[in-house]
This record gives sequence, structure tokens and C-alpha cells, in this order.
Amino acid sequence: MLGRFDFDVIVRALPYLFYDGMTFTLTLTAVATAGGIALGTLLAMMRLSRAGPMSALAAGYVNLMRSVPLVLMIFWLYFLMPYIGQWITGAAQPVRVGAYASSIVTFTLFEAAYFCEIMRAGIQSIPRGQVAAALALGMNYPTAMGYIVLPQAFRNMIPVLLTQTIILFQDTSLVYVLSITDFLGAASKVAQRDGRLVEMYLFAALVYFVISLAASQGVRAIERRTAIIR
Amino acid sequence: MITISEVSKWYGTFQALKRCSTAVDKGEVVVVCGPSGSGKSTLIKCVNGLEPFDEGRIVVDGVSVGDPATRLPRLRARIGMVFQHFELFPHLSVLRNLTLAPIKVLGRSKEEASEKSRRLLDRVGLAEHAHKYPGELSGGQQQRVAIARALAMDPVAMLFDEPTSALDPEMIKEVLDTMVALAREGMTMMVVTHEMGFARQVAHRVVFMDKGEIVEDAPTADFFAKPHSERAQTFLSKILQH
Repeated sequence: MLGRFDFDVIVRALPYLFYDGMTFTLTLTAVATAGGIALGTLLAMMRLSRAGPMSALAAGYVNLMRSVPLVLMIFWLYFLMPYIGQWITGAAQPVRVGAYASSIVTFTLFEAAYFCEIMRAGIQSIPRGQVAAALALGMNYPTAMGYIVLPQAFRNMIPVLLTQTIILFQDTSLVYVLSITDFLGAASKVAQRDGRLVEMYLFAALVYFVISLAASQGVRAIERRTAIIR
Repeated sequence: MITISEVSKWYGTFQALKRCSTAVDKGEVVVVCGPSGSGKSTLIKCVNGLEPFDEGRIVVDGVSVGDPATRLPRLRARIGMVFQHFELFPHLSVLRNLTLAPIKVLGRSKEEASEKSRRLLDRVGLAEHAHKYPGELSGGQQQRVAIARALAMDPVAMLFDEPTSALDPEMIKEVLDTMVALAREGMTMMVVTHEMGFARQVAHRVVFMDKGEIVEDAPTADFFAKPHSERAQTFLSKILQH
């Protein structure tokens, strides 16, 4: 089999694979991570709040997202978002939302549920005395959260957050169901076009493997450096 | 300065505070002692509203703590508190620990807050540690930083919740010395502690608590000479043996 292995196919496809494909994969990963952490932190604070309805709302959202397969969410939002947009804006026609925009929204909303749980654990890992000390100094709740609790929670959770990002990076390949040209989508298209399935899928697997492995090594290095001395 | 009248508090069915009444005048140092679980920490946390209470009234500098209309952050900004486990912010430098609240709560400029904080650190003998992180300091040093942090807010009164209980014996003295100096300067202080030496040295009054009740509230000399209650006598005989 390997005798007929055509490296040239890979070389010729490189610009397309990386310039078109990987750019989108990385963009999606970055946006969903940033948006997911921001939204997730908000959800975590809601979940931990003493206001019952707020807490229940956040818990419901997280449980829903974590109980539904990601592929289903991708489909769901892609086909529903135009109608949701129409409903919100009151437009006459369903609002046109492209596959790219839809996938970015989906991943952000989906990942927020996972980042919420990570940030919740992070917030809960901060001793109560820290909040008491902040309040005793006259800080109000948002100041105590923003300057005392969240920075420590975030720092404690950096390794877990980054690990989740690596998983997210791999999961972005699921956008192939919307025929989006992400890295795997690009590889898949070349494979179909040139009839070179073995080469392209092997190469795609290798690239995901190398990037994910390098990233997790990086996380371990960061883990050693960011520990707060107590 | 601090008036506590008929304060009661329940945790479920357990009554943690039973109609406690006492007062701390301006410039007065009051030591609160008693066996563990007697409610002294709970009582002192009620004073700045860190613990809610169910009945009674606490007035600090003319402001009622239990009143729902009271803006607690504003009140707390004027009362310093020192905790058993220091509770310095481990992700911030010592200087930033001191300047954060004056900047964010009192709206002071960074320069003003830094200058004042450096003076306070100098006063507690830690000027050269300003750039370090709390984790790099010993327990005694951390507690002195915590005292300086509370003082950075220019408090009208200071609350101490067992400030030396988590310290190694050789570090207790440095913290007590700082507190004695503060008391001699006329700071209004309410101190929960077992350090009877400190009480004798600077306290004007000693409050003795047991099982959520204030059993004894007497001038220091009287408290040590002839405590009225049997419970206080037993406590003193145990604690003063060594």
C-alpha cells in the first residue's frame, strides 16, 4: 500500500490545507475559547449565586448543553438560527446566517457549558476567607469577584482550561457536517477530488496529533510555572 | 464606638449567640475570650456584618449594622479586620495587598495609596518586603502585613479574630508587639484572643464568653483578680497555668 503512497498530493495541497483549512480551524478554536470562557465564567457566577432562579437557569443551560451531542447542536443551530434571527429582529424573511458564523456561535455556546463547570470548580477552590477579607476591606461583591476571586480561580484553572481548548481544537473538525472548509474539511475535499483518501486522512491525523501533543506539552510547562505560592 | 445590644443568632436550631450585650468606647481596647465554640468569633464577625444575626442591634459609629438600608461595604471600609488565617491575597504583591482597597474602595490615587502603604509597612517593620508575595513571608510577617492592610483604610476601629492562633509560638510576639503599639496609639480595638498577657498589658476590659453567652464583662484588673462566675474562674485557672 505504502509503495503507491503519493507524497506529492500532500505537498501540492499544503497551501489549501493550511491557508484555507487550518486558518478557519484555529480561528474557530480561538473565538470559541475566548467566548466560551467569558460566557462560562458568567454562567459559573450565576450557578454559584444565591438567587435561586439565576442559579437554576444556568444549571439548566449547562445540563442541556452537556446532554446533547455536539453534532446535533451544530445542525440544530445552523437550521434554526435563521428563524431565531427572524424572530428577534422581526424581519419578514429568515435571517441569512452563514455556516461559518453559525458554527462559531454554536461552538461558543456549547463550550461555555464546559468552561462554566471548570470556572465553577475554580471559584469554589478559593477559600471563603478570601471573600471575607475582601468584603471586610469594604469591597462590594463585583470588586471582590473581579480582583480577588476570579484572578485566583482563573490562574488555578489555566491548565484545565487549556486542556479543554485542546479538546475543542479537535472537536472543531465536526463542522464538516456543514461542509465548512476547516482543516479536516479541506483534507477531505482534496482526498475526494484526487482519490487519495489514504494520504490525506493519514496526513490530517498526523497534523492533529502533532499540534495536540505539542500543545499538551506546553500546558504542562505552563502548569509548572503558574502555580501560586501559598 | 461599637454598641452590641441583646444580639442573638441561630444556626438552624443551634443558638450560637444568646442575647449578647457589650460596648467598646472610642480608644478602648476590649479583649473577648472564652473556650472554643463559645461564639466569640461569631460575635466579632457580626460587628462588621460578615455574619448576619437574627435578633438585637449592633451600632458602629452611629450606623446600625443589621439595618437592611445600611450599605455594608461603606461601613466595613471604616472598620479594619484581621483574621486568624491572615487571608492575604496570594496572587498580589504585599504592596498591592495594601493598596488595592484604598484605590478601588476609597478612590485614592495609586501614588497616594502606595506612599501611605509603604509608610505602614515600615511601621510594622516590613518595608523591604513590599515587592514580595505573601507566600514568601513567614506567618508572623503575613499577619503584620494583614494588620497594615487593615490600617491602610484609616479605620475608626479594628477587629481582631484570633490573630495569633494560627502562628508558631516564636512568631506570636512580633504580632502582639504590633498590636500593643497600635493599642498604645489609642486605636479602638476589639480583640478575640487567648493571649492573656496581651489582655493584661493593654486591655481596658475583658469580656468572657461561654456557650454563646457573655458571662463576664469587667475591667481588666477586676477580671483577673476576682472573676464572678465559676466558668470564668475555671477558664482562667486552665489558661493561666502555663
